[in-house]
Amino acid sequence: MVYDEITRNRRRSFLLLILFSVFTILVCYFIGAAWFGSGWGGIIFGFTISLIMSLVSLYIGDKVILSSVGAREVSREEYPVLHNVTEELTIASGLPKPKIYVVPDSSPNAFATGRNPENSKIAINEGLLKVLNREELQGVIAHEFSHIKNSDIMFATVVSVLLGMIIILSMVFRRTFWWTGRSRDRDEGGAGIIIFIVGLTLAILAPIAAKLIQLALSRNREYLADASAALITRNPLGLANALRKISGTKVISKTVNDAVTPLYIAEPFKGLDFKTLFSTHPPIEERIRRLEEMAYINK
Amino acid sequence: MTGWIILIVVLIIGLYILSKYNGFIVLRNRIKNAWAQINVELKRRYDLIPNLINAVKGYMQYEKEVLENVVKARSQAIEAKNVKEQGEAETQLTKALKTLFAVMENYPELKANENVLRLQEELTATENRIAFSRQFYNDIVMRYNAGIQIFPANIIANMFNFKGEEYFEIELPEEREAPKVDLGLR
Repeated sequence: MVYDEITRNRRRSFLLLILFSVFTILVCYFIGAAWFGSGWGGIIFGFTISLIMSLVSLYIGDKVILSSVGAREVSREEYPVLHNVTEELTIASGLPKPKIYVVPDSSPNAFATGRNPENSKIAINEGLLKVLNREELQGVIAHEFSHIKNSDIMFATVVSVLLGMIIILSMVFRRTFWWTGRSRDRDEGGAGIIIFIVGLTLAILAPIAAKLIQLALSRNREYLADASAALITRNPLGLANALRKISGTKVISKTVNDAVTPLYIAEPFKGLDFKTLFSTHPPIEERIRRLEEMAYINK
Repeated sequence: MTGWIILIVVLIIGLYILSKYNGFIVLRNRIKNAWAQINVELKRRYDLIPNLINAVKGYMQYEKEVLENVVKARSQAIEAKNVKEQGEAETQLTKALKTLFAVMENYPELKANENVLRLQEELTATENRIAFSRQFYNDIVMRYNAGIQIFPANIIANMFNFKGEEYFEIELPEEREAPKVDLGLR
């Protein structure tokens, strides 16, 4: 059932987020303790800087990303079907109408951005518009609407605050441990050295672990958006067929960059296969399988 | 000490009742709004149909019946006296339009006509808007009905006399009846 799939994914991202928060606080505490002898100091330091950076990207990130891929806002006269499909879905989802952008790129992809529903934007590659029929386009736009409805940009911002805390503290620690370490050798005994070694190990390993949790969360939100899209359109097969077409086209994107990758509906094809653990999106075959399952249980 | 505890408990219960009551009011108004939205979309369809008929009738002289069915269903829907009658007429209209679109596929001249294509897209969009506005109406009714039935909110709903709302259903006898299957069992 669609409802079960939605509940399951929501519970999963909630648990992952709790886990991530606990992990971040522990890591920052240890690095803080090893770095200048105060665990809480480390947490507050990391949190403040990371929060400022994430807030800045929350408020200007959408414009930066849209212009980085060369997206252009399009009118109803230019793309009547795209506007119609979007308006139909505002009725189905009860959300305000997002601004619509088209990206001059022949690889088939789409993404949504904007910090809240009132400021939401949906961008679609020309390549995707060319290959999809109306029903499939509806599925894709519904997937983007779901990201807006599930506040995924906000969610990603919270996650990036946590990730940022770990990355900032680790980086500062790795760059400065030489002299903090030496002064510590003189001041304290064995306990100081153990804390220092734990801190150093964390500073090297924690950013990688944190990145992996962030990716797991990103994949989870994709499943959630697929399920919500099925609920909005009551037609999981539209999106499933669109995903099949997207995965079938091996056109290398000209505009993609690392900032926009997690936002896309499907992981951009870069000419090589990605291992599951390191991808921002779940395998497309599994997404299609889940959507088809929703379709058969519904009927 | 006990006095404080009682005060706090009463305060919490009071706040809970207040928030539930306001929540129900908001949902009830959204239901009204969603119902109005359905009628907006239906009106949109009534307005588009004459344009489409005018645009295609020159090409489709041999399909008089198909065109007449659409016109007839439209006027029946507009003249309907109650919700039930209107629901039936609307379903007929949806069917008649589907037939028209299917027949239009046989006329290559129509596919080359910008104006017809544009009207056809607008009508397709309107059909979806109607379906989605009904779906949205039912979604909110479901939330509202579940909200007033779930314990302990149902006590508050009873206290202020919030009654469940009806779902929108297709009112066509032949679509309602389950298909009769003769299994040959005697």
